[in-house]
Amino acid sequence: MLEVKEIWKVFNAGTVNEKQALRGVSLTLKDGDFCTVIGGNGAGKSTLLNAVAGTWAVDGGSISIGGVDVTHLPDHKRAPYIGRVFQDPMLGTAPTMQILENLALAARRGQRRGLRWGVTKAEKEQYQEMLKNLDLGLEDRLTSKVGLLSGGQRQALTLLMASLKKPKLLLLDEHTAALDPKTAAKVLELSDRIVAESHLTTMMVTHNMKDAIQHGNRLIMMYDGKIVIDVSGEEKKKLTVPQLLELFSKVSGSDEADDKLLLS
Amino acid sequence: MLSFLNALPGAMSQGLIWGIMAIGVYITYKILDIADLTVDGSFCTGGAVFVMLFSGGANVWAAMLAALLAGMLAGLVTGLLNTQCGIPAILAGILTQLGLYSVNMAIMDFKASVAINVTQADTLEKLLVSLRFVQGAIRGDFPLWRHPILVVGLFTVGLIALLYGFFGTELGCALRATGSNGSMARAQGIDTDFCKVLGLMISNGLVALSGALLCQYNGANEINVGRGAIVIGLAAVIIGQVLFSKLFHNFALKLLAVAIGAILYYIVIQAVLAVGLNPNYLKLLSALVVAVFLSLPYWKGKYFHAKVKTGGASHA
Repeated sequence: MLEVKEIWKVFNAGTVNEKQALRGVSLTLKDGDFCTVIGGNGAGKSTLLNAVAGTWAVDGGSISIGGVDVTHLPDHKRAPYIGRVFQDPMLGTAPTMQILENLALAARRGQRRGLRWGVTKAEKEQYQEMLKNLDLGLEDRLTSKVGLLSGGQRQALTLLMASLKKPKLLLLDEHTAALDPKTAAKVLELSDRIVAESHLTTMMVTHNMKDAIQHGNRLIMMYDGKIVIDVSGEEKKKLTVPQLLELFSKVSGSDEADDKLLLS
Repeated sequence: MLSFLNALPGAMSQGLIWGIMAIGVYITYKILDIADLTVDGSFCTGGAVFVMLFSGGANVWAAMLAALLAGMLAGLVTGLLNTQCGIPAILAGILTQLGLYSVNMAIMDFKASVAINVTQADTLEKLLVSLRFVQGAIRGDFPLWRHPILVVGLFTVGLIALLYGFFGTELGCALRATGSNGSMARAQGIDTDFCKVLGLMISNGLVALSGALLCQYNGANEINVGRGAIVIGLAAVIIGQVLFSKLFHNFALKLLAVAIGAILYYIVIQAVLAVGLNPNYLKLLSALVVAVFLSLPYWKGKYFHAKVKTGGASHA
């Protein structure tokens, strides 16, 4: 479903802040794979996700989604294939627009937008039903502005929006990092449910090793712009946090990285 | 006092005409979140295109349509400078506005002022609005329905209906999403650059249309007519928002509030003039009014904290 081949990305090239963020990363996800991505700060997790989403162009390599080469497409042209939830709850929704309007925008992701009505009556009932299933008490607030919602509500709404029109690939970029633990757990549970229900191919970046092990069927760890650990299937199911840490220090050849990972 | 009352219908008519410009400003300033300074130039462009075409014998509606298109072209330039050349929106607007001064001069055959011959009855008859209709419609020289308040009022209501419809469409929603949250919009596949350019075009089209109407109303177009238009537009937007934000939530009503804001602005100006202020101080007054009203929300947030209950359960 996703094929990333040898992608490279350098930030601030030619300055003292030059940072080689991706060093020839390759990754292939099969249809229905749920891959969690972990790594310390600056390891390249979010960079990898942004490269796939098309936030900027990569310096080298190629990216294709569902067989379509998207390497040279800007982010809004990749949107037909990709559903996204951002780390910052503010980024995923339009605060000055209604919940209803936000959902309607998402339902038309990647379509040509013309002069048909932006929200139809039939949609309204459909969304009400969907929000009821989310169990956040939003079904009666369809016409409320999204700016009035809490961070957790917004992330849940963004999740719903990202999956409303089934994407070929769902990108979750530390989407629970800005939430309190209880809300984060709820949003994660919801993510699992949506991914399973729609059989979505998913990449989830997280800081939390336990989450990374518990969720999904594959786990990759990044270090210094490269994928250093890649486990899946039964092997991943049996993985524990200490094992993962041990694995990591073996691959990266350093112990101090443990603290970096744990603390980050 | 009597002179003020006498001037009131004229002030309201002018306010309504500027209100259309203010609705254009609302689209960029409030919906797209861009302070677009192109309007100071495109307002005059509308009048210039209108006066030249109309004087040349064109139909009044055709001339107004041409003015609208010329304004949209000005918006297109600002939009392309901003999105394709990476120039910040404010600077892009200033550049277009500056360039438009020469363009407007060229359109007006390098004359600082071009008049419509309103002393000729059949020319006057063809105009949609004119200063002369304000008293004339009351006195019975012209049919009552030609009163500018009625004509421009209806025109404004029609425009608001059209814009209300447009911003309810998929494309209109895309424009609003672009202004509300660019990263969300792009994640939904919206080409935010295109939306910005389109919004700037619609806005400046309306501004130029307003310029064409004012040109008819005054019976002439002057090269400096649009100077400070952005401030008048902002004043109308802010007055409308301050007075009606609690009352009006519907989008069409919000646009109506802008139009009413422009009328109130002109009534206040008229009142200040009636008191005897030197008209040369008007621009300073406008600038001060807008500065104060723009500062109010900031001060409110900084010095007056809303009382909130502490403790209690927070909702996830």
